[in-house]
Amino acid sequence: MKTLILARPLLLTVALVFVQFLVATTCHADREKFFDSSGKLIVVEKSAAELLRPYEIKNRKSEKTFPVPRPPFSEGIFPCSQCHSGMTPNPQRRVLTDYHTEIVLHHAEGQRWCTDCHNLLDRDKLRLVSGELIDFSESYLLCGQCHGDKFRDWKVGVHGKRTGDWNGDKQYLLCVHCHNPHDPKFKSLKPMPPPQRPGEAKH
Amino acid sequence: MSDVHKCDKHVLHKSRRKFLKGLAAGIGLIALPGKDASASVWEDFFQKHFRELSKDELRKTLARFEKQYSKQFGKQVTVKATPPLAGVLYGYGLDLSRCIGCRRCVYGCVGENNQSRDPQIHWIRVMQLDKEKGVDLAHAEHYYNPAQVPEKGHFYMPVQCQQCEKPPCVKVCPVQATWKENDGIVVVDYNWCIGCRYCMAACPYGARHFNWAKPALPAKEMNPVTHYLGNRPRPKGVVEKCTFCIQRTREQPGRYPACEEICPVGARKFGNLLDPESEIRYLIENKRVFIFKEDLNTQPKFYYFYAT
Repeated sequence: MKTLILARPLLLTVALVFVQFLVATTCHADREKFFDSSGKLIVVEKSAAELLRPYEIKNRKSEKTFPVPRPPFSEGIFPCSQCHSGMTPNPQRRVLTDYHTEIVLHHAEGQRWCTDCHNLLDRDKLRLVSGELIDFSESYLLCGQCHGDKFRDWKVGVHGKRTGDWNGDKQYLLCVHCHNPHDPKFKSLKPMPPPQRPGEAKH
Repeated sequence: MSDVHKCDKHVLHKSRRKFLKGLAAGIGLIALPGKDASASVWEDFFQKHFRELSKDELRKTLARFEKQYSKQFGKQVTVKATPPLAGVLYGYGLDLSRCIGCRRCVYGCVGENNQSRDPQIHWIRVMQLDKEKGVDLAHAEHYYNPAQVPEKGHFYMPVQCQQCEKPPCVKVCPVQATWKENDGIVVVDYNWCIGCRYCMAACPYGARHFNWAKPALPAKEMNPVTHYLGNRPRPKGVVEKCTFCIQRTREQPGRYPACEEICPVGARKFGNLLDPESEIRYLIENKRVFIFKEDLNTQPKFYYFYAT
């Protein structure tokens, strides 16, 4: 009986310390400390989900695919290998006199030459700056190397035309469907007829 | 005045009233459709407001119009009344840095929405503006017709119904024949419209158009997929306007509006303003955006933007 009376406050203090410890540990676990530019402390509360799943690059969602129609090849020109497979590749920068004479490069022509984008050895592929070979149907990756801002907008559907369903499957167009890759400025068009002026009706 | 005279006058007065009564009744009888007139004339005349139709009445009404139009145009015409989708508020984006003023959208819209060819009705009007003056309506020209567009020193601004959140056209309609639906589209019940054209005077965008004559719509060019509140054939004497292609966009999956689909430069964007993943939200959040005649507080859901 006497021992119990003595033990009671002891137990109470032990319990109190334990509770304090619990509170302290849990509070620290879901908080992170940041400092803003002026050196002020910012405490950010993290949700349970974030604590459980740290960000890992291998978990990052792969970029979604972009359904595009067939690239707008000139009649009978693709695959390129049907002619080029029998030729010896010539990487020399020169004026073309026999074939492809209709192509006038007007796209940073000072810095560029055919084989910067067309792969020298396997002509049915395009070539990224990294040396990676891509199909003609993925040519947006090639254009996106320089035109990153347009590529970003194109992916979300703000640059370029998208058709299909606004709340369903969407059809993209490749850059080259609207822009000639060798001369990319959009060409002017003949406008459709203007509206009738009041009183012009045939009625 | 003698009593006799008084009496005479009274008799005369009475007979004149009788005569007028008879005349009115006669004219009324003539005006009523005869026995051989189809039942649809009666039904057209006594049709209720679109929003007061019961489910059954709506079904019957749609069937009546389908029959009527199919006969008129010699092909199977469908008239839908698809209601708004929950959680959808339509928004439209137009990239002024891309538009070249080719007017493909104007005629794409005419073909899709069964506008009258003569007298001509266009729901979209493309303005040519001076780059130096900016959006200055005093110098806008919409009859431009050069050999090639775009012309140097100009930019182009297509204007159509802005689907205002506070539509002045709806406010002035004396018979409530036009209203804003839950998905933000301002629609007209062509069978309730009395043709007073108050809405045309109230609209600051010139987006409403009146059928001054019986619309001429060649049967070959008539789009048979129609919506009651959208592109069904209109009678003479009613007002019509852009509905964001209600017959397409209310479906699930729903196609893009015709003007968006035909634009050769991809200047036109369409989507759900309530969906944070939509392209319309992306452009509002990331691009320089303006709304037309913002000072009028009509709160359009049509956003002009510059992508570059």
